[in-house]
This record gives sequence, C-alpha cells and structure tokens, in this order.
Amino acid sequence: MDFSLSEDQRAFQDLAADFASNAMEPHARDWDENSIFPVETLREAASLGFGGIYVSDEFGGSGLSRLDAAIIFEELAKGCTSTAAYISIHNMAAWMIDHFGNSDQRSRWLPDLCSMQKFACYCLTEPGSGSDAAALATQAAKNGDHYVLNGTKAFISGAEKGDVYVVMVRTGEQGAKGISCIVVEKDTPGLSFGAQEHKMGWKSQPTAQVIFDDCKVPVANLIGNEGQGFAIAMSGIDGGRLNIGACSLGAAQTCLDRSISYMKDRKQFGKPIAAFQALQFRIADMATDLEAARLLLHQAAQMVTDKLPGATKHAAMAKRYATDVGFSVVNDALQLHGGYGYLRDYPIERFLRDVRVHQILEGTNEIMRVIIAREIFKD
Amino acid sequence: MKILVPVKRVIDFNVKVRVKSDGSGVELANVKMSMNPFDEISIEEAIRLKESGKATEIVVVSIGPQQAQETLRTGLAMGADRGILIKTDQTIEPLAVAKILKAVVEEEKPELVILGKQAIDDDCNQTGQMLSAMLGWSQGTFASNIDVGEGTLDVTREVDGGLETVQIKLPAIVTTDLRLNEPRYASLPNIMKAKRKPIDVKLAEDFGVDLTPRLTVLGTVEPPVRKAGVIVNSVKELVSKLRDEAGVL
Repeated sequence: MDFSLSEDQRAFQDLAADFASNAMEPHARDWDENSIFPVETLREAASLGFGGIYVSDEFGGSGLSRLDAAIIFEELAKGCTSTAAYISIHNMAAWMIDHFGNSDQRSRWLPDLCSMQKFACYCLTEPGSGSDAAALATQAAKNGDHYVLNGTKAFISGAEKGDVYVVMVRTGEQGAKGISCIVVEKDTPGLSFGAQEHKMGWKSQPTAQVIFDDCKVPVANLIGNEGQGFAIAMSGIDGGRLNIGACSLGAAQTCLDRSISYMKDRKQFGKPIAAFQALQFRIADMATDLEAARLLLHQAAQMVTDKLPGATKHAAMAKRYATDVGFSVVNDALQLHGGYGYLRDYPIERFLRDVRVHQILEGTNEIMRVIIAREIFKD
Repeated sequence: MKILVPVKRVIDFNVKVRVKSDGSGVELANVKMSMNPFDEISIEEAIRLKESGKATEIVVVSIGPQQAQETLRTGLAMGADRGILIKTDQTIEPLAVAKILKAVVEEEKPELVILGKQAIDDDCNQTGQMLSAMLGWSQGTFASNIDVGEGTLDVTREVDGGLETVQIKLPAIVTTDLRLNEPRYASLPNIMKAKRKPIDVKLAEDFGVDLTPRLTVLGTVEPPVRKAGVIVNSVKELVSKLRDEAGVL
C-alpha cells in the first residue's frame, strides 16, 4: 500500500496551495468581516478547473477523483475555509447534474457551472426537516409539461447569488421514495429568497431561505426519475461530506502550522513557549489527530470513487472524525495563541468560526453516527 | 518561430534551506523541489508569443535527474508543446549546461532561446551568456520586456542604472528578469493534458560533453546568526563605536 501522493496529485496540491495563498488568503479577512461573496475569485478558481473537479471532462469538468478533490479542498481551505466550502458545495451540485442528468441537462448547465459563470445551490434542508431530511414537505405537483413547486428550503448556501438550484421536492408518497430532484433556475417566476442569515462563520457565502410560491418548472428539469431524488441527494452528499471534512483538515493544518511558528517566537518566562513540554505535547497530539483524520478521509474518498459497498459508512466516519478533529485542533491552536488568538489580527478565530459549522451541516455529526451504526448493525 | 526554453529543477523558493551535517552541500532529501521561478517567467513569455501568433512551437528542455521530468511536465501543463529530458545524476555547472544546450539548439533549430537569468539555487547567471557566445548569437539579458520585430527583437533590459532597450537580431538568446511577466497557473485539465504531451529522454553522456565540474566546493555553511544590537546613548558614542569597534569610519 503506497500512501504517498502521485506526481499528479502533488501538482494539483501545489496549484491549489498557490491559488489559496495568493488569491484567497490575502482577502479572507475582508470577505469574512464584510460578508463578501467573492465572485471574481471564484471564477478565477474555476478557470483553473476547481468549478467541476470531479465532473467529467465532456462538459468542462476536470474529471478527477474524490481523493484528488479532497487534496484540493484541504489546500483551498487554508486560504479561506468558508469560500473553499462554498466551492465544494457547488462541486457537489454540479456532480449530481453530471452523474444523474441526461445529456441535454448536462450540456445545458455544466459548461456554465464548471466555469462558475453560474453558481449552484444544493437545496435539501427545510425549516421543519433537517436531520430528518426524508420528511421534506416542499411539494411539486405535475401539471402537463410543468411541475408547480410550493414550499421553503432553509440554510441554502449561495441562495440569491446562485443561478442553478438543485432542489429536492416531494412528487409522491411520504418518505424517501416520494422525493424527486429538480433544477430550478434563477429568475423563474415564483422563486424568491428570505433575508440573509446572520451567521457565526461561513460569511463569505450567502445563506438564506429559498421560497417557492406556485413556481412553475419544466418537467425537462427533472434530474433522474420521479422518486429517485432522495437517492440522488444522498449520493451527492457522500462526496459533499468528504469535501467538508477536507475543508476542516485544511483549516486545522494551517492553524497547527501557524501555532508552531507562533510558539517559536512567543517568549514567556524567558524562553520561547515552544520549549515547554506541556505545549509540545499538545502540538504532538494535534498533529497525530490530524494525520489520523486525513488518512481516514483519504481512504473514504478512494472508496467513494471506487463505489465500494462500505463507501457511505466510511464517508460518514470520515466526515464525523475530520470535522470533530478539525474543530478541536483549531480550538487548541486558539488556546496556544492565548489572548492574541481571540483577536481578529490573527486568523485563528476566523478559522474557528468557519469550521464549527462543519460539525453541523452535510448531516450533523450525530446523524453520521446514526449512519455508521445503521451500517454496522445492518446484518 | 520555434522557441526553446531550458528549465531547471531547484529547491522550492518557500523551503527553508538547511546545510547538510557534513557541510558538503544543502539538504535535498525530502525537500520540495520546483521549477526555477525565472524559468517559469521564460515559459510564460514563450506562451504569450505563441498566443499572439509570433511563435509556432515551444520546446522545454531540462538537464538533471529523472525527477526533472516533473519540472518538464509543469512546463507542458503551462502550455509548452513538448519536452526533452537530458538525464544525469551529476552536478553540472553552467559551462557543461551551455555546451549541451548548444547541441540541443543545433538539433532543434529554434530561432529563440529564452532562459531564466539565473537559477535560485546557485545563482550563477552564466548559462545564457555562455550559450550565446558558443552559438555566436545575439543576446538580450535581464529582459523586462520583449517586442518581436521583423527578424529582430527589442529587448528592454534591467540594468543597474535603470532600463536599457537593445535591438538584437534573430536567432537570439534572451534571459528573463523578474518583471517580464507574471506566470500563469497550470489548470487541472491542463495538468492532465500535459501527461499526453511527448517528452524525449536522452542521456547527458551521449552529447560528448565533458561534464566534470571545474569547481570544487570546499564547504557549505549557514549564514551567521544575527547578533543582538546595542542601544547607544548619544551620537558621540555611536561615532566612536563605528570608528573604534566596527572600524567602518
């Protein structure tokens, strides 16, 4: 078993790292403080192939694997975790169209999504259905060659700025089997948005409710078949979980690196605080936990690419572990920075606010345990 | 116009360089290596000339170990058309590099060779000039701007006193300075496409060039650690310290 990255993966990693440090990191504080959705930077990222990393190359994607994507998102997150996380959501939605859409749908939406001329949003959660996603209530009633949508989606990343909304709706019976996946384009009459949410982190991407009020959507926008929507949503989110886990790894790695150099400079009691063994041990534990999380995540990514039977369980394990470790490493990094870590002059507090939500979204870490346990007790 | 761009695999500019414990050189094991940044500028300029219709083909060439193939791939991913790897595990000095490049030029027949003005590892700043002398071609070194004319190049050079523009005849050698351009990133699809571009592999020994280093490295040491300063109380004390202790006045 070879755990080293391939020559290609090192090239992807270098590219993402250069882009993150040159094009994202210098602006991340401004995007955070002023809630700026960095459209131009996103398009620049897309021009390098980050808009459709694991979308097939037929319609402008980069055609890479989930492991390649995990390596890339980890690097991008070191520049701006919130922006990297939005790119990851966009990738997830684009992949769902690529994988489950027909060739008309793929040629219609993918080129603009891969170049990020258009931005994608994944719409599953509702005000009354979060962890219990299969209970969603947004209705899509078929009427001739249209569906008429009524209902509200909540916590939608990219809402209002987005152009292509990949929406899970109820077209049939209660439960998962009555759910379908349909694309709603911006400017469709009956589509509107709630007020922007005021969040703890993830401020470089807008978040709002997406509201459908007698919103007429062509049947041609249905992705896959009626009743397949929940399976499509879950399939997309297996990859989404890996991406979000990778974003936590990146934030944690940069905070760890920053802590190490801070500890060499910061002097207390007449010596650098890096000389204190208690703090060295803290760094040792942070580095060990992070490495373990990375290995688990990379393994899960390979399994999702290979469509292995345990892929969903491993993706859930990796998401749970990488986002928990990610938060705790960043939190430890803040502690090691002392009072300075609490100031905005250092980016640690921003990383902390950004990674906290990774334990909540793409399925809460409690739901990850439900999935893992369900797979374990299946037989 | 065909352009040849020699590129060198060097220790990455972000790496904190460490001297080997026996002082025989710097530590290269497990150290990130990249393309010499000036060579990236050379490739970028060649690509721009091709994009503007002034060049037809870009060939990148590297002399070094097998891993230098990765450096060539970087160049191909940026937009060069094909690569030539001239393999050697020896340390080779600018004179030997220039002699090998002369042979490559005679075989490939480019009209223009664009080199980095120096490599950031040994900072020699010699290869381009030596190659120019051996070929009997014009040279425009330390270029911060290049304009292609009819069989000529206007090269703006960064010289000590400011900028100097020279007109040179093609075929020519140009060495690039930092401000010539800002190299592009190679996109993910282009990194993948680069794998399908051809790289010819040759052996340095086959060029009939004496590769033996002419220089002997006697030792390699870390720069001295900066000592703490002192605060002086008066101008008089400062002057006396400068005169009596530092000996600079």
